[in-house]
Amino acid sequence: MNLRDTAESIALPMLALAGGLLLFGAFIWADGHDPVQAWTLLFRGAFGDAFSLQNSLQRAAPLMLTALCVALPARAGLTIIGGEGALVLGGLACAALPLALPLPGGSMGTAMLLAAAAIAGAAWIALAGWLRQWRGVNETISSLLLGYIAIALFKHIVEGALRDPASLNKPSTPPLAEALRIGSIGGTDVHWGLVFGVAACLLAAFWLGVTTHGFATRVVGGNPRAAQLVGLPATRLIVVACALGGAAAGVAGGIEVAAVHTAANASLIVGLGYTGILVSFVARHHPLAIIPVAILFGGFLAAGSLLQRRMGLPDASVQVLMGFCFVVILASEAARGRLRELFVLRRPPVGTAPAAATA
Amino acid sequence: MDSPLFDVLLAVLGGAIRVGTPFLFVSLGECLTEKAGRINLGLEGVLVFSAMAGFAGSYLSGQWWLGVLLAGASGALIALLHGLVCSLPRVNDIAAGIAIMLFGAGLAFYLGKPLIQPQAEQIPSLPIGAWLGADPAGSVAQALNINALFPIGVAIAVLMAWGLRNTGWGLKVRMVGDSADAARALGSSVNGLRVAATTAGGFIAGLGGASLSLYFPGSWNEALSSGQGLIAVALVIFARWHPVRCLWAALLFGGAGALGPALQSVGVTGYYYLFNAVPYALTLAILVWTCSPRQALQGAPSELGVTR
Repeated sequence: MNLRDTAESIALPMLALAGGLLLFGAFIWADGHDPVQAWTLLFRGAFGDAFSLQNSLQRAAPLMLTALCVALPARAGLTIIGGEGALVLGGLACAALPLALPLPGGSMGTAMLLAAAAIAGAAWIALAGWLRQWRGVNETISSLLLGYIAIALFKHIVEGALRDPASLNKPSTPPLAEALRIGSIGGTDVHWGLVFGVAACLLAAFWLGVTTHGFATRVVGGNPRAAQLVGLPATRLIVVACALGGAAAGVAGGIEVAAVHTAANASLIVGLGYTGILVSFVARHHPLAIIPVAILFGGFLAAGSLLQRRMGLPDASVQVLMGFCFVVILASEAARGRLRELFVLRRPPVGTAPAAATA
Repeated sequence: MDSPLFDVLLAVLGGAIRVGTPFLFVSLGECLTEKAGRINLGLEGVLVFSAMAGFAGSYLSGQWWLGVLLAGASGALIALLHGLVCSLPRVNDIAAGIAIMLFGAGLAFYLGKPLIQPQAEQIPSLPIGAWLGADPAGSVAQALNINALFPIGVAIAVLMAWGLRNTGWGLKVRMVGDSADAARALGSSVNGLRVAATTAGGFIAGLGGASLSLYFPGSWNEALSSGQGLIAVALVIFARWHPVRCLWAALLFGGAGALGPALQSVGVTGYYYLFNAVPYALTLAILVWTCSPRQALQGAPSELGVTR
């Protein structure tokens, strides 16, 4: 019974992803391109050789963390989609901390940078969770609005107070000192951010699955009424889940700054937070499933430039692919437990109640 | 008459209509959708996609009104997809809205790639100021040159308020929004009515997209819509689900959105990004002010998830 549920939970998203790829193929075929070539390029560009695999893994690291920003609040019953805002503020905090106080070099200094990034992200998403508990403000709308406000703050500060006079064409903060940056793992191009991403997913899975606090959070998310009856502190649990998710997204921004861009600038705002939403939904908000799904979508992002160069497809192709995948993934929920009745719309239970009453 | 303060005020007033027109259409579309008991966060995607389609229609045909119609039709199409996906069992309308938001934007960026450079036939403006006898070259008349779609939006708002109250269709829409069980008991198709309302709402929101790409700012680019569709969803809550109040809310937000450019034009440039974020902050403040954790909002359709 339980095994069948698990098998379905894995098979259904995979079928849905295949459906999304199929629709994407049909779409570019209608636009006059060869779908088979596109599918081949997508997977070759993502996992075809050592170079592209490293590229995919590097892009997967922030996706794991921004997906956690959706998944953890989701397990507490909230739909948070403002991870992009937490990410840019995390990146900004990471770039600004060395300007505010002198940091020790090496891993101690880097840890302080990431802690600052985590605090900035956590505060931003916790605010959305708290507004919902305090005033009943819809957290989906408020988190996205907070995201836009965060991006405006980021641009205001990066192009104003913290602007490095040496950055002429592309306003940036002063670059991080060499000793504070995050380096690569061994002899590869993959930076240590990947390890942080995987570790965060494992920790989140442990928290949700093993600890009492994580269990209480899932009760609040799964059945608020039961949580109220047994006296769980719903508001505190929800705000903590939001803060943990926001901290993950903030660290994602910090890693992007400390490992990739070396300074906070507009390169940080490329929609990693939005792709994280899709990753979390495909993974059904399960932290362990986020790891492979993030690698898959990191691969698709990495392959996007190959689609552009070889086939002349617009750079938004991967975004179209992700849009198709998202719609199909949600629609596939309808098939859960009843794969055969896939296309039968919900029938209202009209007439059953009176029949039972007379019998 | 030439003081900077006067210029800013005038620019904000003119901007309230110029910037507020897309807000008006999207919030009317969302209002209709929510009256039937569903939320369409995907109107953000509808807005971007219909802006692209409207621009393409006007560019290819040379007729602005064909562009506007195409924008409405393509908006209806994307909203129809949202309606159908939401009709499947166990599909949450908020999650579906997020998916449609990303889908519509991706599709618009893909198809709109060749449209970034060219110029298209624009929606004409109505020189209200000149009709009222102001100097046609003066700033007063400039501020009163209004988008030809704006009066249509006002008409739709009044018509929708009247229709929801006085027609059989309006009653049915309000009924599925307030009690799906009552609608079933009377033999109406709940999903059918909701899909119809969502699609019609998408058409109206699509007109807002045309206003973005064919009037102000008046060109197609990928940064054209940044959250206007989403702000409009919040506007409907602020307007307590009443179409005519949506009109006032849209004008208020249009004015807030025009504040940044207006201040920039008189030389206040230091806080450009922060002034541009004023509509988002204002939306959030209004949500905090109007929402309440204890009771459902007055006027809210009771089948709606956003207020529960």
